[in-house]
Amino acid sequence: MIPSPPSANIQLTADGRLKHFLSVEGLPRPLLEEILDGAASFVEVGDRSIKKVPLLRGKTVVNLFFEASTRTRSTFELAAKRLSADVLNIDIAKSATSKGETLMDMLWNLEAMASDMFIVRHSDSGAPFFIANHVTPQVAVINAGDGRHAHPTQAMLDMYTIRHYKGRFAGLKVAIIGDVLHSRVARSQIHALNILGAEEVRVIGPKTLLPKDIESLGVSVYTDLAAGLRDVDVVIALRLQKERMDSALLPSEGEFFRLYGLNNDRLRPAKPDAIVMHPGPINRGVEIASEVADGPRSVILHQVTFGIAVRMAVMSMCISGQESGL
Amino acid sequence: MNWTRTDIDSRLDRMTAELKTSLQRRGISDFAMVGIHSGGAWVADALQQRLGKIPLGSLDISFYRDDFTHRGLHPNVKPSQLPFEVEGAHIVLVDDVLMTGRTIRAAMNELFDFGRPASITLVVLFDIGQRQLPISADICGETLALPPHQRVELRGPAPLAADIIEMTPE
Repeated sequence: MIPSPPSANIQLTADGRLKHFLSVEGLPRPLLEEILDGAASFVEVGDRSIKKVPLLRGKTVVNLFFEASTRTRSTFELAAKRLSADVLNIDIAKSATSKGETLMDMLWNLEAMASDMFIVRHSDSGAPFFIANHVTPQVAVINAGDGRHAHPTQAMLDMYTIRHYKGRFAGLKVAIIGDVLHSRVARSQIHALNILGAEEVRVIGPKTLLPKDIESLGVSVYTDLAAGLRDVDVVIALRLQKERMDSALLPSEGEFFRLYGLNNDRLRPAKPDAIVMHPGPINRGVEIASEVADGPRSVILHQVTFGIAVRMAVMSMCISGQESGL
Repeated sequence: MNWTRTDIDSRLDRMTAELKTSLQRRGISDFAMVGIHSGGAWVADALQQRLGKIPLGSLDISFYRDDFTHRGLHPNVKPSQLPFEVEGAHIVLVDDVLMTGRTIRAAMNELFDFGRPASITLVVLFDIGQRQLPISADICGETLALPPHQRVELRGPAPLAADIIEMTPE
């Protein structure tokens, strides 16, 4: 057999298997479907009394969070533990980088401890790519959120949630509401929905919170909530990032809720069986009212549960992709 | 060489009788049956039809395979379903073909993650030799001595039939 040329995408092995998971963008549809199918079987493991399978026994997973996170870090940790991997949580604020050690020196030290996987969150867009380009070939890198760029495991757990409740992507209209400008989640969701064949992806928000040229990602743009929600099957509210409020993009939180906050009345234009999602953490009374967040259409907490299974699937695929690439 | 529906049915009838005798001899009246996905689950279904209403579950041992890092995750893993308490239960574990014994080892490991069974009885339709682990079947439909390049492939779910297939070298 003639060996195929090395893949141009650093996320993939020469034979097209996943070895890093950095961005949804540019991945083929069958690979995304493989992640969703894999996750479906891991959901059952979470229902067992002993929530553990030995797939990654003896592997070491390092959580490298340069930016604060509770939900993402803990669900990655749970996912790794349910696969029987050993997990190391590096508290960057207290680590040697604050004593002047460079990022590469820190990574080489972690590699010297025979780590098999780095889960990276960083406030700089592209940081996980930089790390993936510089790690030794046996180490897989998973992006747990980088700057405004991407949050691929969050997008895939959202895709899992949509497929779980809607059974398909064809024919679905999905609306993403709020601070799209600062949202790496929204960007990854848009790519994933388009790759998986959703009928229409809409973004809804004030012009100041929508990136210029967002249409080029394959979305329709609405500044009016009622028009944007008409006949949608899935409603995704984004967190209004309070830390962005001082940058004068919005008059006030109250003003945002008045125009774009989700309550039962505002949801009326959506399809009667529309589901409401949110990547968390939610700001009650800012982008979503409690009557919606806790209401019958909300699947927000199911997203968290599915997130563990999706991360288990991605981690398993990346580890086996690394081994097969040797 | 192949086995028709009638061939398979006659083996299943005999296996059912032998299983009943074996369980009786050991004083086991309550038991649950577990088929290994996918061929084992088909055989377990067929045996349940002969045994009457007994609890039936299925295992997909993909998460327990010892060759995962070489072969990757099987793209079509099915959830394991054990709709009964494994702790303290007498389990009849069913597979279609017993060869190296590695699948059975993985299945027993998985079963123990659900609880500690009182006993496990292994039932297989074909034993084709080439064992690599100290595992043997308690009840077996047919024992064959196949050369390493041959396997038995079961077709199902219903009716069941089987063929000998040639393996292409990897």
